[in-house]
Amino acid sequence: MRRLRWPLLLPALPVIVAVAAALLAPWVAPASPTSGNLAARLRPPAWISGGSGARLLGTDLLGRDLLSRLIWGARISLLIALAATVLGAVVGSLIGLVSGYYRGRIDRVVTKLIDVQLAFPFVLLAIAVIAVAGASIPVLVIVLAIGSWVGHARIIRGLVLSLRERDYVQAARALGADTPRILFRHLLPEILSVILILATFDVGRIIILESTLSFLGLGVQPPTPSWGSDLRDAAAYVRQAWWTSVFPGLAIMVVVLGVNLVGDALRDALDPRTQSRARA
Amino acid sequence: MIDRLPATLELAFAALVLAVVVAVPLGIIAALNRGRLADVLAMAFAVVGQATPYFWMGIMLILVVSVELGWLPTSGRGTWAHLILPAITLGTHFAASLARLTRTAMLEVLGQNYVTTARAKGLPERTVILAHALKNASVPVITLIGLQFGTLLGGAVVTETIFAWPGVGRLAVQSIFVRDYPVVQAGVFVLALSFVGINLLVDLLYGVLDPRIRTEDTA
Repeated sequence: MRRLRWPLLLPALPVIVAVAAALLAPWVAPASPTSGNLAARLRPPAWISGGSGARLLGTDLLGRDLLSRLIWGARISLLIALAATVLGAVVGSLIGLVSGYYRGRIDRVVTKLIDVQLAFPFVLLAIAVIAVAGASIPVLVIVLAIGSWVGHARIIRGLVLSLRERDYVQAARALGADTPRILFRHLLPEILSVILILATFDVGRIIILESTLSFLGLGVQPPTPSWGSDLRDAAAYVRQAWWTSVFPGLAIMVVVLGVNLVGDALRDALDPRTQSRARA
Repeated sequence: MIDRLPATLELAFAALVLAVVVAVPLGIIAALNRGRLADVLAMAFAVVGQATPYFWMGIMLILVVSVELGWLPTSGRGTWAHLILPAITLGTHFAASLARLTRTAMLEVLGQNYVTTARAKGLPERTVILAHALKNASVPVITLIGLQFGTLLGGAVVTETIFAWPGVGRLAVQSIFVRDYPVVQAGVFVLALSFVGINLLVDLLYGVLDPRIRTEDTA
């Protein structure tokens, strides 16, 4: 944990700010994210002439406060990303664990399933599913989880495949431990750090995918604020009001960048393999 | 649907070529200057590029290059000028991961004995790097290109939407909103099929690049 000191602090900052905004949205947002004042539409940010201090980042096409939408959008975007990441990580890890431990027929089915899904570009899969199931937040979470379970399943399966032959697992089995006990008390703690690292990188990837789908109109639906769907509206009048396009995208980029850098630091700190390579 | 495919493939290949032209030299330079400024800058580009969503990149390019500077058209397909911004939009993300991988692959190869041998023979540094090192580093790079082509096609859907590019992806997305499901299915199918085709091409390329793969019977 020695390596987890200052390099983590800087990239973690945007993540901490975004999480704080998401948690405290009702208290820190200066205005309502959904009700606007049509008389005050497309107002520029405060530091440009015509802007006002009450609308720090300006207003959008419907006169809604942009900063408030960003803050509430953080709540929606992060919540979806977190839910999808956890769902994908839990399902993927469980499948990987079982598949790697039992091997045999289950493993063959799982491996084929993984191969089939990897042969299919994710955005296309998402379009196909959402075209049928309709665009809503639960569907979005499930689609995003479908996009992320494969990575977990594949890597965890590979790890378990080698771990199950270790002496301590054999010893536990000889002592009469039943399978759930071996899986969850002996194998799971060993791979927990890997799951954590994979999940961290997934959060960043999923934030981008969520905003992409919302941008296409296949994710979060207006008037619910989300960084991706806000950009969808904003793109149409980027000529008249650049700020409505710049800030939501900047929010996505900075947060994803932060999450990825935290993931890098976490990997260096938790994975002894990359650590030794870094020292060499 | 089929007459939309050339537009999508044109965009995807333009982005691919652009990404390779930018990312491979960048990765090589980064690997050769490991730990120095050039490396740090190249990797900073890669990390930021990977964190930038396609659609935002596209909107920002339109804003700066088309609206503010008025250099290039904002949307549509036609001349070469129409192709530039969509290709940059689609290619940047790909270039970022490609640059990272090229760097890693080159670092690995540069430590091998045959590179030292080539240097010891007195070959010019350029020959050592381009002929000996790069050729051996290219297998993982080609693999990534094949795998990422799917992401590229997914990104093409978004890029086409922003730039009103008349391709398969835009048609498929528009068809969702008018509930024209056969067109959605056809669009997804055509794109998936081209992805499979590209990966077949990549598999065949391995044999050209690495003679070991040609003779070995890979199970």
